[in-house]
Amino acid sequence: MSRPEDILPPDLFYNDNESRKYTTSSRIRNIQADMTYRALELLDLKSPSFILDVGCGSGLSGEILSQEEPQNGGPHTWVGMDVSPSMLDVALQREVDGDLFLADIGQGVPFRPGSFDAAISISAIQWLCNAETSDVSPEGRLKRFFEGLYASLRRGGRAVCQFYPKNDIQRGMISGAAVKAGFGAGMLEDDPGTKNAKLYLVLTVGGGGLSGDITGVVNGMDGVNVLDARRKAAEVNNARQPRKGDRAWIMKKKDQQEKKGKVVKQNSKYTGRKRRIVF
Amino acid sequence: MKVITANFVTCAVKECKTTATSFPLHFHDAELELQEVDFQPEFIRNVIPRIDWEGLRTTANELGFPSLPETKPEGDALTNEQTLKDLHRLLLETQVMEGKLVCGTCGHAYAIKEGIANFLLPSHLV
Repeated sequence: MSRPEDILPPDLFYNDNESRKYTTSSRIRNIQADMTYRALELLDLKSPSFILDVGCGSGLSGEILSQEEPQNGGPHTWVGMDVSPSMLDVALQREVDGDLFLADIGQGVPFRPGSFDAAISISAIQWLCNAETSDVSPEGRLKRFFEGLYASLRRGGRAVCQFYPKNDIQRGMISGAAVKAGFGAGMLEDDPGTKNAKLYLVLTVGGGGLSGDITGVVNGMDGVNVLDARRKAAEVNNARQPRKGDRAWIMKKKDQQEKKGKVVKQNSKYTGRKRRIVF
Repeated sequence: MKVITANFVTCAVKECKTTATSFPLHFHDAELELQEVDFQPEFIRNVIPRIDWEGLRTTANELGFPSLPETKPEGDALTNEQTLKDLHRLLLETQVMEGKLVCGTCGHAYAIKEGIANFLLPSHLV
């Protein structure tokens, strides 16, 4: 399937026609609603909150925030940012409750430090991996965005960003930029390995109101397996690399030479052994 | 744009963000509209500690509202329903539909049209 990210920049791709199609398609509306509910579940908000909707589009996710039931902690007040004027126009016609901004998230998040309780982003931040002009880079745009987002959330706040990475490189680039900005980060993948896989980047500021680490976000959720890549990464780092001069290194070198077809002395129990110290 | 949002938004220009005068942004030629929103005392109580009271006083002044009390209502004052209702009316129901937001440092004007503020920056200001 072709990706809209590869066709045009977001403000041009979502023209009047595309925005209308996007907002009226019942398939997209259902998917967006499911993902918004999942994100709200991950945010775990207990009381009416002030939320930033990054890439709000026509307000499909926002209206769910406004309609959240009081027993689930809602309804929330939200502020939306989007770069496509046509999408915001559709949002105006649908009379959404949130405040709308025409802004490019790659240019930063123009709010005071500690403004929001939480942030939500549905199918938006993969657009940051595209640079449309030569004076900006994807890395720079991601850095500006995540640093701005980090500052604008209050301590103990959380952000959930659902996104569609093109490949593992984009996935690593986005999560790496978030970690560099100071967030505690984790990934939740729904339906992994299928065509409908959905990736959620869960970010916390100052612990995110959790007593333990980021895996506490999914405590009490059904059917979630925690795969901790941190331990594996630490093990790889701790594994002893063969150092120059030790037996493993010598054996490796001898192997290499042998493969080149050179004459190499036979291995024995004395190979690479230290000589006795002789006075 | 709601007044509550105006109390959180700063100038988007990178050099401005660190300066003291980049907040609050100043309204010029503002056209106001009143839109009814459901009253949520809990939300007001949640958000009040984060409101910059000095900034809110400035904004309310520029929009031509009667002046607010000198100090932020705190503690027991937040149990008074009338205080919360007044704040609700100002923060959530008052909307700026047309006008400009001007930064006090660089003088950049962000246009507001149909309630949507345009915060797109030309690339030399990013």
